[in-house]
Amino acid sequence: MYPELGQFTLILALLLSVLLATVPLVGAITGRESLMGFSRPLAAGLFVFVAIAFGILTHSFLVDDFSVAYVANNSNSMLPWYFKFSAVWGGHEGSLLLWILMLAGWTLAVAVFSRRLPTVMVSQVLAVMGMVSVGFLLFILMTSNPFNRLLPNVPADGADLNPLLQDFGLIIHPPMLYMGYVGFSVAFAFAIAALINGRLDAAWARWSRPWTTVAWAFLSVGIALGSWWAYYELGWGGWWFWDPVENASLLPWLAGTALMHSLAVTEKRGVFKSWTVLLAIVTFALSLLGTFLVRSGVLTSVHAFASDPTRGAFLLGLLAVTIVSSLTLYAFRAPVVHTRVRYGSLSREIFLLLNNVLLVSSMLLVLVGTLYPLVLDYMGGGRLSIGEPFYNTTFSPIAIAVGLLLGAGIFSRWKKTDGGWLGRKLLWPAAISLLVAAAVVAGFGNFTPWAFAGVFTAAWVTVATVADLWLKSASRQGRWHGLRRQSRSYYGMVLGHLGMAMTMAGATVVSNYGVERDVRMAPGETAEIGELRFTFSEMGSRQGANFVAQYGRFDITREGELVATLYPEKRQYHVQRNVMTEAGIDAGLTRDLFVALGERVGDDAWAVRIQYKPLIRWLWLGALFMAAGGFLAIADRRYRIRERASETASSTPGKAEGNVVEAVS
Amino acid sequence: MARVLLLLSMMMVSLSAAAITDVYPFDSDADEARFRTLVAELRCPKCQNQNIFDSNAPIAKDMRDEVYRMLLDGASDQEVKDALVNRFGEFVLYKPEFNQRTALLWVTPLIAILGGILIVIGVVVRSRQREHSTVSLTDDERRKAERILGGDDSAS
Amino acid sequence: MRRILLFIPVALAVALGIVLFAGIGKDPTHLESALIGKPVPAFALADLQNPDRVHHDDVFKGQVSLLNVWGTWCPACRDEHDDLVRLAAEEGVHIIGLNYKDNRDAALQWLSRLGNPYALSLFDPQGKLGFDLGVYGAPETYVVDADGIVRYRHVGVVNDQVWNEILQPLVRQYGGQG
Repeated sequence: MYPELGQFTLILALLLSVLLATVPLVGAITGRESLMGFSRPLAAGLFVFVAIAFGILTHSFLVDDFSVAYVANNSNSMLPWYFKFSAVWGGHEGSLLLWILMLAGWTLAVAVFSRRLPTVMVSQVLAVMGMVSVGFLLFILMTSNPFNRLLPNVPADGADLNPLLQDFGLIIHPPMLYMGYVGFSVAFAFAIAALINGRLDAAWARWSRPWTTVAWAFLSVGIALGSWWAYYELGWGGWWFWDPVENASLLPWLAGTALMHSLAVTEKRGVFKSWTVLLAIVTFALSLLGTFLVRSGVLTSVHAFASDPTRGAFLLGLLAVTIVSSLTLYAFRAPVVHTRVRYGSLSREIFLLLNNVLLVSSMLLVLVGTLYPLVLDYMGGGRLSIGEPFYNTTFSPIAIAVGLLLGAGIFSRWKKTDGGWLGRKLLWPAAISLLVAAAVVAGFGNFTPWAFAGVFTAAWVTVATVADLWLKSASRQGRWHGLRRQSRSYYGMVLGHLGMAMTMAGATVVSNYGVERDVRMAPGETAEIGELRFTFSEMGSRQGANFVAQYGRFDITREGELVATLYPEKRQYHVQRNVMTEAGIDAGLTRDLFVALGERVGDDAWAVRIQYKPLIRWLWLGALFMAAGGFLAIADRRYRIRERASETASSTPGKAEGNVVEAVS
Repeated sequence: MARVLLLLSMMMVSLSAAAITDVYPFDSDADEARFRTLVAELRCPKCQNQNIFDSNAPIAKDMRDEVYRMLLDGASDQEVKDALVNRFGEFVLYKPEFNQRTALLWVTPLIAILGGILIVIGVVVRSRQREHSTVSLTDDERRKAERILGGDDSAS
Repeated sequence: MRRILLFIPVALAVALGIVLFAGIGKDPTHLESALIGKPVPAFALADLQNPDRVHHDDVFKGQVSLLNVWGTWCPACRDEHDDLVRLAAEEGVHIIGLNYKDNRDAALQWLSRLGNPYALSLFDPQGKLGFDLGVYGAPETYVVDADGIVRYRHVGVVNDQVWNEILQPLVRQYGGQG
């Protein structure tokens, strides 16, 4: 009964989204307030029905209803309840439903937090989001119905969730990622509405900005979680593989980062409008492209869903309609008139514009790297692989250039910056960063140009950011007063930039100074990395909820003192019978120690991979800083009017999702 | 910070002789480093998307063994890569070589950066040519934005 | 005039869409052999049935052959075996077997139990020739022409459909020339 109800609510949601996509738009065109007034209730209704459908699917998982094909394929009665819960988005259909739930959530958030916007604008924005919903609801209902039944042959038990996905990281990684992907639909909808109105102005930029920032913050967390999950779950200690699916999440992030900065210029100075609106469209288009790449099976990846040509074709059609129509609208409506503005060559506008050039170039680099094999194959050029070594030589220099530019740009002023003044401001940060980089490289005792450049850039960004804060907070009433006087959006920027520096430092140090050793070890033997002694004490076995594990016990000592004891495992899951490697990790702010069991070689000897990973935590910590910066920025006083306007609802769109989870569980 | 660095440096000082054998033992650290780099740059043809270092597939092990054997025989990096490309195709190289097929791959980002910088220069130069500078936000726009958001504009 | 520039994004999007559309439904794991158009690598391998006899790459000379890579450890090889037996018996296809990373006794037992489709069986327990051929997963089947040049590789099971649609036309084509 319930699954059919779920399907029915999805159909109702589709009907509502069709209404949402049309009625307010007609109202906006004909100027009838009564029709425009429908947009908010329709948005709310859409969300409620999608949420009910999602709740019903979750219920099917929790009660082990294996008559539902999707549940039977992705769950098992032995699965612990929290993995049954996260298994809801462990496969294609359910994760698509989560995607739609997020979309409906963002739509509702726009409806709730836009009380002060002109009604015409709101109804157009909501209508555009309604159109996107129509597309995805059609997609799920026609090709990927999660409520399809296996009747009358109901399997006795489910095929189980892929063991790789039975993990805490997977519970939160996709929701965060999708919040980011889908969140960019708001900036997209604002852009489309502004193009329709022909009102690309500072007010439009100001409205788009907080939505973009929040979506970007979620996406940052999502990507970091994915990287962290890959690090400890895929078993070999890598944290970024430049896999097509990872690239698919990085693309909208890079474009979104450019968009955030470009929106700032458009809001403050009213320039680069055509560029900003194009970025808003492209960012969301890249989110959609990512969805397509993951679900269509055109690329090989560890993370891709099982492929199905029908779904791929449908999704591509959806993409084509969305992207081509919006870019065509852009081509006809974007302003080509030059704003009469004078730019100083070192003004903040120019720094931000250069930052955009670099970010968009890096995005193009990743895009071309991801799709080139496809294009070449299409042209009959044969198969090709593009992976980590390619990006290491091409992406890293751009990242460093972005950092160097950032450090200099922080001090620059709007309109005009004096070159000599800027040079003097940068003297000390440059000197300090050189010292830090030299110290770090000397400390590790191994000079490589990239390591030096990476550490220097990270230090440069940090010092420049802190120095700018120091200068700005100078006040006759004392430092504390000066610090408090700064706005939240300024602190958001500071946090974001510090986060970027941290990620950069972590990435540089761990890839240049991490130590990996593959050794053959039997119980009782010892391997060393520097002064750390890894002693393989014993093998044992244990029973998990739905697996048996063989584990090794490794005692790690330095000069006779115990540093950590790790238990890396080889798990065999009962249902799917595959063996998973579960690494033993001793996490620390300055370094991780990592032990993974490989194959058994000989009677009781094992191939063991031991690793020393300096500063690896900084990678993800930096991403959290960036996200925190984003959330802080939108808590700025400028935007707080939104909170007051909606006392009944929660203060950020993020919390709206929190309600969903409550409603579901 | 300084203490952390000191600690790190102490740990890194020497990779003392191992008590046990490596899976792929080398006489020199340089060769071991070359081995590391090579196995990370070669793709396992059987797997979804993994290099032969990380993959557990039998073919990846065969390829690792071959790389190891060739390095012990004194082969150069290029010889190792060529040997594997001859068997499995250019597909196994994670970093494609620059040739006619891959020219666009390598050149596109460069064009984007150079083109972008040229555009920025153009923007600055053109704005120089116009003598009179105006306020970017028209007063009308600014008033409208402020009215709608009700905010002040004290933020930087 | 400037407005034309604004159409660049949509043009790029359309071009990309066409390429992506062409990519749908293709198997992204499909990999063409690097040896197409090149001779079968030199080898010296013992006969499976007769360990004292050593074969060289000249076994391919003289007629078009299928080179079938198999092992008793490979479940998909079991799936295609009956089809191979039928092809050899009924259509008279010249199939050379490459017993890959296997155990001689198990392989002989398999052949006596299920029938032997191979005109000749090479025994490659270390997978040396397999590695030189770029074999990355059994079963694989190569079309080798009468001069010992590799013309095609099929990865996966050979069944009626694969034979009729892919392999037979190739065998005819190169057989006609030879």
